[in-house]
Parts: sequence; structure tokens; C-alpha cells
Amino acid sequence: MAATLPPPRLLPSGDSAVTVEFSRTIDDDANQRVLVLDRALTAAAIEGVTEAVPTYRSLLVHYDPGRIGFDALGEQLLALASRPQPPTAKARRWRIPVAYGGEHGIDLEDVAKALNTTPEDIVARHVAGDYRVAMIGFTPGWSYLSGLDESLHMSRRQNPRLLTPAGTISIGGIQAGIQCLAAPSGWHLLGRTPVRTYQLHRNPTFLTEPGDRVTFFAIDHKTFAEQDRAAEAGEIIAERVDA
Amino acid sequence: MSRLVVASIGPASSVQDGGRTGAQRYGLTPSGAMDRLALAAANCLVGNELFAAVVEIGPFGASFTARDGAVRIAITGAPRNADIAGKPVASETSVTLKDGETLTLGFARGGAFTYLAIEGAIQGEPVFGSLAVNARAGLGSPYPRPLQAGDEFTVAAASGGPEQRIELPKPPDGPIRVLLGPQDDEFDDANRELFLSSDWKISATSDRMGYRLEGPVIKHLHGHNIVSDGTVNGSIQVPGNGAPIVLMMDRGTSGGYPKIATVISADLGSLAQTSAGTAFRFKAISMAEAQDEAKKFAQLLRSLPDRLRTADTVELNIEALHDANVAGHAVNAVDAATWQSPAEP
Repeated sequence: MAATLPPPRLLPSGDSAVTVEFSRTIDDDANQRVLVLDRALTAAAIEGVTEAVPTYRSLLVHYDPGRIGFDALGEQLLALASRPQPPTAKARRWRIPVAYGGEHGIDLEDVAKALNTTPEDIVARHVAGDYRVAMIGFTPGWSYLSGLDESLHMSRRQNPRLLTPAGTISIGGIQAGIQCLAAPSGWHLLGRTPVRTYQLHRNPTFLTEPGDRVTFFAIDHKTFAEQDRAAEAGEIIAERVDA
Repeated sequence: MSRLVVASIGPASSVQDGGRTGAQRYGLTPSGAMDRLALAAANCLVGNELFAAVVEIGPFGASFTARDGAVRIAITGAPRNADIAGKPVASETSVTLKDGETLTLGFARGGAFTYLAIEGAIQGEPVFGSLAVNARAGLGSPYPRPLQAGDEFTVAAASGGPEQRIELPKPPDGPIRVLLGPQDDEFDDANRELFLSSDWKISATSDRMGYRLEGPVIKHLHGHNIVSDGTVNGSIQVPGNGAPIVLMMDRGTSGGYPKIATVISADLGSLAQTSAGTAFRFKAISMAEAQDEAKKFAQLLRSLPDRLRTADTVELNIEALHDANVAGHAVNAVDAATWQSPAEP
């Protein structure tokens, strides 16, 4: 499969980073190639590479220009990207509880109205989804998910909110998301999870990794309150199911 | 142990160091000092590791008092009036505060950030190898937030060795150099040229996340939405209103606006220290030149210990120093005699 794919573009991001771009659009195959290159780069341990940041469509590779130059690194990255893809590594799957609607999901009713259906139906479609963490970015632990049911695709809010709660579960455009910290957002807020994808003094500090699978299940608001306290005390709450 | 107590401090002041790397893939921004050369020089003056944690002081004034013993400090970066009990203190020179003495710093005069290093360095609990404050993520140690009056740092008592000064190269006053990309192809030739040939000013609404630029409107070829991808320190993104933003140390790790160019790493500190309202230009250079400049900058940082001179044999020209500082230019005390008044008021 990889052999027939076009090579990625190498885009300079200053003198100490290079963007390896597989696609200009959100594309599951491109995201898979990003994650495969990310793993291959880790395994290759190229002298001078300091860290890599996978996104939907590209891998940003940070490096020390005192240890490796743009041209030499670019050559190695293209060689790694052209290798046949190894069998997909076993993905971890997280089952994430969500308290939908009400104060925890203030846009659920409006989303249902906009799509001519009931809040219960929106929840059913969101829970039925099989998602993958495409990237983590913006703020710590903010997990961007691919795999949102097409019937839930809708454009973002005209007026982004300046602050949305920690743990917000939302949809925006063709994406779904798990937000960890309170932050601005223009997405539609369906619910909240007690799960912290980022918690400083917990092991692991970051729960989700790009490539992880995610499914959601509904909990009531009383359970949310209990689990939120437990999560605050350091419990992971999310259920891990290994494929 | 001695303590250095924050007696007063303005907003946008926090503990910063070389920053944290390795967790950008989880959305954790590097943070760290806005002016790496000033950070390293301040630490070098008091014998610390070059990227140890220091106090980064925003544009407003601040004062610090030594308690329970003497504390040796050094200030670098944006110039400002500095004194201990009315006696002027030179920038880029170490000085020892005796128990009970207070160092008073005025507003930044030109530039934005001044660095105060403490002999023995600020101690705390590192996260991903750094004490740097990232207020949004609740990170930073010993205070995971901007500094406030009453905060204090416990440090080893001053060693009492001779005071040091450091000879730094003159700050460059040419254009801020950039490498085009990664999304320069989202702009046509006319708009790339407009970006490179126009005067820009930094907006007063800028902060550690981003420097907003005031100048002509830069138009996109295909609209302002791209699929989010990774950002670096110095990424110049152009949002829908056409006013570029240079992403700085507290940037988001990903962004969804086209990035027309990237400030080279060697010039990022100069940009960080450009005052709001001062006109400047960008200049595009090649990858080979940019990487050469990055290596030279790394070499400059490594050479800092060789640039130290013993300061106590030099007669400080206090009057000239005072006049110079009042006029708004940082001068090294020993150079004050040769310092000349600028053409501008």
C-alpha cells in the first residue's frame, strides 16, 4: 500500500523543525501514515531529532541544526516514509464515560433541533461511534478524534465561547473531541467526562496517545459527580480494553 | 539559607528557564524565557547552569529584598533603572544584596523582558525537565502562576566571590530574519512581497503566547482555514483578519491558520525584545544561512563563560550610568564613559 502512495512534502518550519506533510485535508489514510512515520522515527532514533508532533495530516519533527542539517534529515525522513507499512500496532482502546446534556452539555438540545431529531438520538449516535485519537494539541490532553458519524457533521458555532469546562465532550465540523482543561471553544458541547486525559501528578500524566481507539458510554449526572471526585484524587476512571 | 522576597512586581512576570521539551505531542507547550541570550547571560554572571530558572520580569517595575543573609543576583535583558537604596546598579553585572537590602527596578525602557538570576538558582520541582511557568496548564515551580508580591525564593547564601560583568555582542538592529514557510504557498507573490517589504509594529495586546503585528492586511490565496498542524516558536500565522501573529513560547502546539514564514531561532530573542510600536521589517534568508546563524547563536551561548570579566577592579562611572539609564539605554557600567546620546529623544 505504502509503495503506491505519493511521497510526503517536506516543508521548512524555521531552522530547527520540518513539517512532513502527507495531505492538506483531514484524511484517515494520511493520519495513519503520520502515525506510522512517528513510530518509525522513534525506532530509528536519528541523531539530532529532539521531538516529533503528530497531527491529522503531518508530522512536525523538531531537531538541533547543530547536530543534523535540513537536507540530511529530510532524506532520512523520506526514506522512512517510503518504507512499506508494518502491520498496524495493537491499538489501545479507552471506554470513556460521559454525562450528556443539561448543565454538562449545554448544546445537546440545540444540536438535536438543528438536525431535526431528539437529544436521545444524538447521544445514541455519539455513543455508537468508533473513534481514533488523530492528534493531541491546542492545550494539554485535548484529543482530536476522527470517526464522527457523518450525520453529526455540522459547522462550528458562529461565536466561539471564551471558556468551556474541563472534561468537555464536543463535536465540531467532522471532528469529535475530548477536552481536558477549561479553554475557549467554538465546538458544540454535548457532555462532560470525569476522565482527565492530562493530570499532573498521576502516572501516567497523559492518558491518551495518538492512534488510541476511543468509545463513549453514557452515565447519569450523579455518577459523574462521584467519578469526578475520584478522578480528582488521581483515579483514571476510563476503562482500558486492549484489542 | 537566604531568601529573596518579591516586595513588588507587575503582571507578566514569572519563573522561566530553558523550557520543557518532549511533551508537545500531548499539547504541552515548551514555555521558557522569551530572550534566551539574556537568560543564559544572567545565569552565567552568578555561576549558574546557563538555562537554570530565573525571574522573567515583564514591562512594569519590580523590587526584591534579601532576607536571612546576602543574595547575589544579576540582571540582563530589557534596560531599566535599577538601584539598591538609591545607588544605581548596572545591567549585565552581578551584584550582592546584603541582608535587608532592596533592589528596585523601574519600567522597561525599550524591550519588554528583564531577567533576574539568583546565585544558586531558583529551586523547585521540575515537570518535563523544567520549572517554567505555563499558567494555562497549571505548570511551573515553585509558583505555577505569574509572580505576586510576597512570593519568595530560598537560595544558598551569596558566595562572596568577586562580582562579574559580561561582555555581550551589540544587539543586532537589522531586520528580523525569517525562513518562508511552511505554508507560504497559501499566499500569492504580491502578498508575500507585501509581508517582506512592509514596516511592522508589535501590538500592545501581545503576550507570551503571541506577538500581534500591526501593518498592511495580508490576504490568503484560498481562505484562512487550513487543517491544524504543528507550530514552532517563531511561526508567523496569518488569521482571517490578515494581521500576522508571531507565535511565542506559550503558543498552542497546533494551529489552524496558514503560516507564511518562521522567525529564525537566532533572531527570536531580538523580536521578543522589540518594543510595542517600534517599526521593524522582516527579511527572508535561505535555509543554509538560517542554519548557519543557529549554529553561531549556539556558539555564542557556549562562549558566555569566556566573556566574564571581574567587575570589582573597575571604577563605576555612576553619574554617566545614571544619565544613560534615565535616557532609556542599558549600558554596562564600565562602558558608560564612552556611551553616546542617541539621535532620538
